[in-house]
Amino acid sequence: MIKIQKGKPIIDQHDSSYLYAGKFGGNFVPETLKKPIEDLTKLFNKLRRDKKFIKERDYYFKNYVGTPTSFIKLYNLSHQLGGAQIYAKVVSEANGGAHKIYNAIVHALICKHAGKKYIIGDTGAGYAGKMLSMAAKKFGLKCKIFMGTKDMARQKPNCDAIRANGAEIIPVDSGSKTLVDAVSECMRYWVSNCDTTHMCVGSTVGPNIFIKICAWSTAQISRELIVQIKKEFGKIPKKLKLINCVGGGSSSIGFWNSFMDFNKKQVEFIGVEAGGPKNSKLHAAPLTNKSKIGILHGAAQYVLQDKEGQISETQSISAGLDYPGVSPLHCFLKDAKRARYTSATDEEALAAYKLVASMEKIRPSLEPAHAFAEAIKIAPRLSQDTIIIVNSCGDAKKDKFILEKRLGKNHD
Amino acid sequence: MINPNLTLAFENCKLEKRPALLTYIVAGDKNKNMTLNILKNISAYVDICEIGIPHNTPVADGKQIQDSSYRALKSGIKLNDVFEIVKNFKKADSTKPTILMSYFNQILQCGENNFLKKCKSVGVDGLIVVDLPFPENKQFADKCKKHHISFVQLIAPTTSDERMKQIVKHSHDMIYYISMLSTTGGKLKVTPQKILNNYFKIKKINKEKNIVIGFGITEKTIKSLRRADGLVVGSQLCKGITDSLKSNKSPVKTLTKIVKSLRSKIQ
Repeated sequence: MIKIQKGKPIIDQHDSSYLYAGKFGGNFVPETLKKPIEDLTKLFNKLRRDKKFIKERDYYFKNYVGTPTSFIKLYNLSHQLGGAQIYAKVVSEANGGAHKIYNAIVHALICKHAGKKYIIGDTGAGYAGKMLSMAAKKFGLKCKIFMGTKDMARQKPNCDAIRANGAEIIPVDSGSKTLVDAVSECMRYWVSNCDTTHMCVGSTVGPNIFIKICAWSTAQISRELIVQIKKEFGKIPKKLKLINCVGGGSSSIGFWNSFMDFNKKQVEFIGVEAGGPKNSKLHAAPLTNKSKIGILHGAAQYVLQDKEGQISETQSISAGLDYPGVSPLHCFLKDAKRARYTSATDEEALAAYKLVASMEKIRPSLEPAHAFAEAIKIAPRLSQDTIIIVNSCGDAKKDKFILEKRLGKNHD
Repeated sequence: MINPNLTLAFENCKLEKRPALLTYIVAGDKNKNMTLNILKNISAYVDICEIGIPHNTPVADGKQIQDSSYRALKSGIKLNDVFEIVKNFKKADSTKPTILMSYFNQILQCGENNFLKKCKSVGVDGLIVVDLPFPENKQFADKCKKHHISFVQLIAPTTSDERMKQIVKHSHDMIYYISMLSTTGGKLKVTPQKILNNYFKIKKINKEKNIVIGFGITEKTIKSLRRADGLVVGSQLCKGITDSLKSNKSPVKTLTKIVKSLRSKIQ
């Protein structure tokens, strides 16, 4: 049976081949990248144990990102639905409007420590790209962002922000023209320029070291939350459900990290994947829909693919969740039965956005709207003493045009 | 010696005092018959044929090979078709060493043993798995050896000296040296001398191993590297197919012409 070890960071629970549970993750990369990955692994291992580096990280998290982000009760929503009490961790308050800023800042710091002047990254919803461009500007790094042309069209506000920060967007027109192709193209660029350039992978995917750096960075979310929960309730509630959307899985792993060792009956993790348009077979939910293990972007994971190992196209209203694979860490949590995974359709996410935006002050982007859809679904049948916390990890500004198109001009 | 066809091909080239010419095309570009036709036509000038199994997320490949792969997949090519191409090619030219190039996921989904059995039955001589580096490839390389299929280890400019020694030690008949930091099809951005210096560094570890150089090799650059045991040309051929299709010419004729010219430059 696959078990999560207590008292050991989840990111370090791999074997000597960097595989979690002996089968997820690893470094399935071209020979050229072996050395750069090894160098980065050594550097990160050193830095994460270096008090000065931690101080530096915390300084920027506090003064640039703006920590802690608030933890609020959604009174109206809770009242309307009855049942469980619904709270939100408003991570979208972070500078830039989403959790991607944590990973971006850490990568920019690592890039500086590695003595490199160029930084590259992929983006789907545009948040990872926007944040990396912000961090690059802050630390004086030259930045290129790889983005699928389909995503560029649907997430224009973030593209404008990336360019305003002085970064260059490299349009990726191959394959499905979305995140999966952006990550591939970014990796290709790194193969050719790994001697001068640092690569940031925008989520907890890719070769092992990128999964580690990203999850280590977003762990800030639950470090704050556990303190806020204790302050609000005096202790960790007996029935707590932490609901988060899952695309690559970076926000959820950070949202859950500090609660990993709790019994799942007390602290349940619920991951919500993108179900795609209603009745469509093109979804982006490899964990919910029992995909087989395959290799994508250097790591073994549950991934949508055909019998011959060709990666499948996905479709979701949310560019940030529109990815055929998922973090090996989530595959590990699923097989260890520590987390439960489900999906919400495009329509459910839109309806959830509408309800939350009409009743509360927060405006969750289409990614966390998937998590709210699950909260809305389950809250009415739960007891009053059950606490649901949704990670509202992104702000809906970037979805302005999609929301106008689907819900009308005055959508909230 | 793991595969006699491969070893013999290198020996013959050494007798002729020239490097082996290795060509790479993607199976099924633009369809099965065309690939077979190309192989049959270029075979007389080529020492070792590399055939790519198209993948739709080819992270190590540049634009030319991506285009070829997407065209092949669009034509509906399946893994069994790739094996059929090899089988039919071997019917026509039974001793021509043939190497399949793949991403590991395709082998994983087929099943490692099943994949190797199929390779063996159609006469595949070697395998290159782009994203299965050393030491992760040890187990699979051993399996290849048992089937008398040569597993081709790759070495890059970033490979450390210690790692290089280990890779050479675990290599089979042939080692592939990646000339520069690049995906396939990049322009040669290092001097031939620098590439050869690295090449001889590997060669010095074990003179018996056949080392081929690939990436950035075209009609223009091939001559400068002729001291190597073998030279691989891929993207230029894929581009040849793309250009021919665009201008309504015969890819078979175009590729035969390019390959003839490549061969003449290392004669």
